[in-house]
Amino acid sequence: MMFVRYAVWRLLTMLLTLAVVSVLVFIIINLPPGDYLSNQIAELRATGQAEGVAKAEFLRAEYALDRPLWQQYLIWVGAIPGPQGFSGLLQGDFGWSFEFDAPVADIVGDALWLTVLVNLAAVLFVYLVALPLGVLAAARSATWVDYTTAFVGYLGLATPNFLLALILFYYGHKYLGLPIGGLMSPEFEGEPMSLAKVQSILIHLIVPTFVIGTSGAAGMMQRLRANMLDELSKPYVETAQAKGLGPTKLLTKYPLRMAFNPFVADIGNLLPAMVSGSVLVSVVLGLQTIGPALLTALKSQDQFLAAFVLMFVALLTLIGTMISDLLLVLLDPRIRYGAREG
Amino acid sequence: MSNLPDGRFIDDAPYDPNVDLSALDRTDMDAPNWVLVWRKFKKHRLGLISGIFLFLAYLAIPFAGFFSPYTPNERSAEYLYHPPQAIRFWHEDKFIGPFVYPTEAFADLENYRWTYTTDKTRPMPLLFFCKKSEYNLFGFIPTETHLFCAPEGATVFIFGSDRLGRDVFSRISYGAQLSLTVGLIGITVSFILGIGFGAIAGYFGGWIDWVVNRAIEILRSLPELPLWLALSAAVPSNWGPVSVFFIISIILGLLDWPGLARAVRSKFLSLREEEYVRAAEMMGAKPGRVIRRHLLPNFMSHLIASATLSIPAMILGETALSFLGLGLRAPAVSWGVMLNDAQNLASIEIYPWTAIPMLPIIIVVLAFNFLGDGLRDSLDPYS
Repeated sequence: MMFVRYAVWRLLTMLLTLAVVSVLVFIIINLPPGDYLSNQIAELRATGQAEGVAKAEFLRAEYALDRPLWQQYLIWVGAIPGPQGFSGLLQGDFGWSFEFDAPVADIVGDALWLTVLVNLAAVLFVYLVALPLGVLAAARSATWVDYTTAFVGYLGLATPNFLLALILFYYGHKYLGLPIGGLMSPEFEGEPMSLAKVQSILIHLIVPTFVIGTSGAAGMMQRLRANMLDELSKPYVETAQAKGLGPTKLLTKYPLRMAFNPFVADIGNLLPAMVSGSVLVSVVLGLQTIGPALLTALKSQDQFLAAFVLMFVALLTLIGTMISDLLLVLLDPRIRYGAREG
Repeated sequence: MSNLPDGRFIDDAPYDPNVDLSALDRTDMDAPNWVLVWRKFKKHRLGLISGIFLFLAYLAIPFAGFFSPYTPNERSAEYLYHPPQAIRFWHEDKFIGPFVYPTEAFADLENYRWTYTTDKTRPMPLLFFCKKSEYNLFGFIPTETHLFCAPEGATVFIFGSDRLGRDVFSRISYGAQLSLTVGLIGITVSFILGIGFGAIAGYFGGWIDWVVNRAIEILRSLPELPLWLALSAAVPSNWGPVSVFFIISIILGLLDWPGLARAVRSKFLSLREEEYVRAAEMMGAKPGRVIRRHLLPNFMSHLIASATLSIPAMILGETALSFLGLGLRAPAVSWGVMLNDAQNLASIEIYPWTAIPMLPIIIVVLAFNFLGDGLRDSLDPYS
């Protein structure tokens, strides 16, 4: 019962945060002077294309871009109805992409779940790599295992993601025959799900997952190692050893559990970094996630598309953080319900 | 010391009633704090080397023009995509000092790229302290003297040349000016914001604390890069390179402060209850004075260590933004701008040297990480 109450409370704070984020996103999107349509109208006027102007002005009115900013915001969110039936985010109308001349929902479409997929894969990769390596590095601290993992970890932290992506892609293709670019072979695009498509996606996921996950895994590994070292120096470990517990059990039975908590809590820090990385890597590698759409939208001031992508990305991290908070409560009975420590 | 038969130990030294009881057990701890920190830091080899390296790197920034044989936007139109050239010392087993072999470009019309042939019969010695294209030493002293430059009729592209025939080595050393300082400016912004908000929240508590805390939480839960992208997309395209540089550094700093503010806040929450703070308050010190004179100095060193650790993120951030075309723009030269040229697989495969700027990035980021680790470990000299 307590847990349900905590979960509901946590959900409410998340929604509140999301509301604040939407204001923030809206402000940032509207920072550049002018907007896509007025630029377009000016351009069309200059070249004397009257029909284009009429269409652009229709769109301007439709999406209320001629209103004051606060009204635009409320209409975009869907708190008040738009002038001509634009119902706003809350009712699932994400607006119109002026650059691509199509509804935002159509543009992002598949990209949404592919984004989720890429990020999930990256998070999984981080855990699968960081967990054994971190424990190993702590158990064999100050040996070559420790130094090698530390070195590789540092290198992972220091190499710019996008370059790592390019280099891995090149060599992966050259020596391992990994496919280049995209998240699936071109023939599967727009096709319904099939076994072959899933296979194609999985193969295409290898390099991006590796690239996005490396820096996160490096950081996670270092923290896990530090936590484990703290635990391993405690007297109870010595007691266990004195009583003749085997080396594997000695590590996993108690110290790992203790060191594991921050590991779960860390997902709140990990996710934003993952999402950042995935946007960058998607642009470089041409993955069909929302990363490239965000970049084009931002460059051309395509405000509804950019705002929606930013909102989606924020939502993704917020949900992830919420899940990690809930997991933490389930895993660790010592954590108090209710107000969290800031 | 002698051992009695019943197992007790007895000090043989004669009893001295005048012994100074206030003498320290460990005289090596009798020094100002910074000396202790320095002693401990010196033992952290990697941190020390990184620190010296970074110090030298920053010291060399004003002399970038002097060290580089070309100016950053100087084009050698006959040498596009020139591969890296070695500086040699021995010609036909004879030592003749540093020289280069002249090269000549041929258009490979089959593969549509430039190939270069090296004429190994004519060694051409490098010129030292030579007069070439003009640049500004320290940014304002016009001069023409370069440390070394290519002899007439030859080139010296240590790291090769790029798409427009510009020397990659010179561009890297000029690029360091922006790429290295972007982190410093960013961290200053983040420092001011972080300490300001953190101090206010931790010192006053109450609803201010609540508001700041929520702001921190929200900002921390958002992915940085998309926000950086959005903010830099808002920079008007008609701004000059210098203003773009400053605004980008500020943008990088704007999203970095929450982590710092959090650390400051939690530290303040505990320090606020100390007696000396109450004493200062009772003597009529204003909050600003208590914060600046009594609270901040307590953990300034820790803040500096954590700042050192967050500079790399900003350097990488600048690189990523410029790489995507939303950060610094040509004619400004930074490592990210240079990498923008190496954006596609073709350049990695055919002209791998255009990706060389990644090496200084990796080295600098690693150095900052090691330095930060070293500082953090040595800041508590009594442990």
